[in-house]
Amino acid sequence: MSSTLIKDGNICADNWFLLAADTLGDTQADKLAEHEGDDIIVPLNCWLEIRGQLLARTGKTGVWLQSNETPAALAADLAQLPLIALNFPVFSDGRPYSSARELRQNMGYEGELRAVGDVLRDQLFYMARCGFNAFALRDDQDPEVALTALNDFQDSYQASVDRPVPLFRRRA
Amino acid sequence: MYRYDNYDHQMLADRVAQFRDQTHRYLAGKLSDAEFLPLRLQNGLYVQRLAPMLRIAIPYGMLSSNQLRKLAYIADYYDKGYAHLTTRQNIQFNWPALAEVPDILEHLAEVEMHAIQTSGNCIRNTTTDQFAGVSADEVEDARAYCEIIRQWSTFHPEFAYLPRKFKIAVCGTRRDQAATQVHDIGLYIVRNDAGDIGFRVLVGGGLGRTPVIGSEIREFLPQQHLLTYLDAILRVYNREGRRDNKYKARIKILVRETGVDDFRDKVEAEWQAIKDGPMTLTQDEVERCRAFFHDPAYKDLPAHSETLEQALNTDVLFAAWYQQNVAAHKKAGYAIVTICVKKTGFAPGDLDADQMRFVADLADNYSFGEMRIAHTQNIVFADVEKDALYRLWQDLKSHDLEADNLGLLSDMICCPGGDFCALANAKSIPIAESIQRRFSHDELRDIGAVSLNISGCMNACGHHHVGNIGILGVDKKGEEYYQVSLGGSADNDTSLGKIVGPAFSQEEIPVVIEKIVAVYKEQRHADEAFLHTYQRIGMEPFKDALYAPKNADSKSDNKEAQGARS
Repeated sequence: MSSTLIKDGNICADNWFLLAADTLGDTQADKLAEHEGDDIIVPLNCWLEIRGQLLARTGKTGVWLQSNETPAALAADLAQLPLIALNFPVFSDGRPYSSARELRQNMGYEGELRAVGDVLRDQLFYMARCGFNAFALRDDQDPEVALTALNDFQDSYQASVDRPVPLFRRRA
Repeated sequence: MYRYDNYDHQMLADRVAQFRDQTHRYLAGKLSDAEFLPLRLQNGLYVQRLAPMLRIAIPYGMLSSNQLRKLAYIADYYDKGYAHLTTRQNIQFNWPALAEVPDILEHLAEVEMHAIQTSGNCIRNTTTDQFAGVSADEVEDARAYCEIIRQWSTFHPEFAYLPRKFKIAVCGTRRDQAATQVHDIGLYIVRNDAGDIGFRVLVGGGLGRTPVIGSEIREFLPQQHLLTYLDAILRVYNREGRRDNKYKARIKILVRETGVDDFRDKVEAEWQAIKDGPMTLTQDEVERCRAFFHDPAYKDLPAHSETLEQALNTDVLFAAWYQQNVAAHKKAGYAIVTICVKKTGFAPGDLDADQMRFVADLADNYSFGEMRIAHTQNIVFADVEKDALYRLWQDLKSHDLEADNLGLLSDMICCPGGDFCALANAKSIPIAESIQRRFSHDELRDIGAVSLNISGCMNACGHHHVGNIGILGVDKKGEEYYQVSLGGSADNDTSLGKIVGPAFSQEEIPVVIEKIVAVYKEQRHADEAFLHTYQRIGMEPFKDALYAPKNADSKSDNKEAQGARS
């Protein structure tokens, strides 16, 4: 609930709590008790460790991946995850773009795919093309301005998640 | 050449508007240096030693006369009246003002040009052989495939923040002039037994700090799978390439650390998931792109030109130029001309605005209004009538463009070096000139084919690793020194040069080159090129000549030479 969220092309309130990796560990149980009824996004290792316990909670559970973690680890769990977040430790780390496409195009994930971390206006267009539909902007970003980034280009050459047919198959 | 349609124009207009807005926000203090950095780099803009440097893309080296006129205009109005041809077949300006770059990009867009992805950690300009489509010995014209790759790589949403830059070359000629094997991906166009077109795929080649020759990961990739296979390679690299150390971030390091066979398996696994998907090329698209590179309206001419014959018999200077700078063309009565932009006294690969306008006019008059930039920093007129060669040569003389040293020692690949570049350890342009001045016209011809490549630092923009003779600028306790290597080659049998020994000072270099040449001349067999003599006799004789007990006359020798030769 900290940062502004853009989701499906709109600015909206964020009802999810993202639990950082360092707030879990030894205090994991306390932390989870604290958020019992909330919708939470947990780190991958937490999910893999106590999946059953998380699914038994009243609140919803999503998972976030660090940029060096691959979605393959979630292959069996996709149907149970309403939200997957991919973290950009720094905006110039390009790995989450590949993870996003892998989740959408190869693994058929249809839930919310959220960019978190160092999420800035100037990368939003490519993120959206790779399949992100939600963007938890860095605190200093103006959401109104960021929204316009989704329309930086009217068309693109390649196949992408938001437009699966490449230009060369559409060219009039 | 390729012409834009409404889609291409719209995307380019959107890009210019996007960068104008980004520049505006940067200048208004709303974007930090670090945040603006990749945005400007992916629009070709570096911050250099003295001013920003703007690198304009020339896709696979193809340039029209109107585009060159526009570049001349930009050189005059936004720069200091000249520009520099690069080893990625691009052109760069050294003095634009940051705030004016969006205007420059708007001018470029008018002639279907841009600076997209000419820098930064993304897929760069795809290069090819400068004789593509006109060479007498071609498997297939590479340019249609280069254009297909250009469109695939332009604004590729997944690969704009790679671990490091990424360079692709495509070669369809039998004699490789594109340095294909030292690219992140090198593609050789081949035909299988059934006559179908495909690609032999090399991966993990590159120069820079750790020079590597690419490894084959696929012997024959059918052409329809080109883009899905490239996507698969890039995805493996984007996910697994090292991001902890920029000097270990190129794909060559990943391939080496993973092992070629394991890397191939990873690509294969990734590819199976997207193979036959929507990015599979259609025959229609291949034909559409091919149509842009159909032969121009050649005349039916006799193979033999009497006009040419007469000129060759009467003008020895013309004959010398013809012998060196003119290559065989696939069409009878035509020839391929290379304008060697390496005249002594001029920075290698530099053109001033007058020369640009003049070359544009010549292209209109002699070569269907088109030209190509070679990675060796020269200009190619691909379709000149043999009857017109003598007139063309006379015209070239009027603008200092008649250098007849193509492929000779003085036709060097040379980066801008410490005179301009913020990365350089040492200057390279004065080194090139001092070598050029050391050898007379007759001596150069006697030495024959040899490539001499100069880089001002280990980033190797001047391709020093693959020069028969390579020169690398190094910093030795704050002083500029030069390391010399021998035996490199960027040809079909690519090899990396070996360092001959301790580095030399700037003053020593011309003498060093002279001594290397002397060993070659003494040891060569009849008609044996420098590289082959080196391969036969090895490094020792050169070492002996260069590091023999010093007879301290090299300095005075040098002074004498500076005055005596030109």
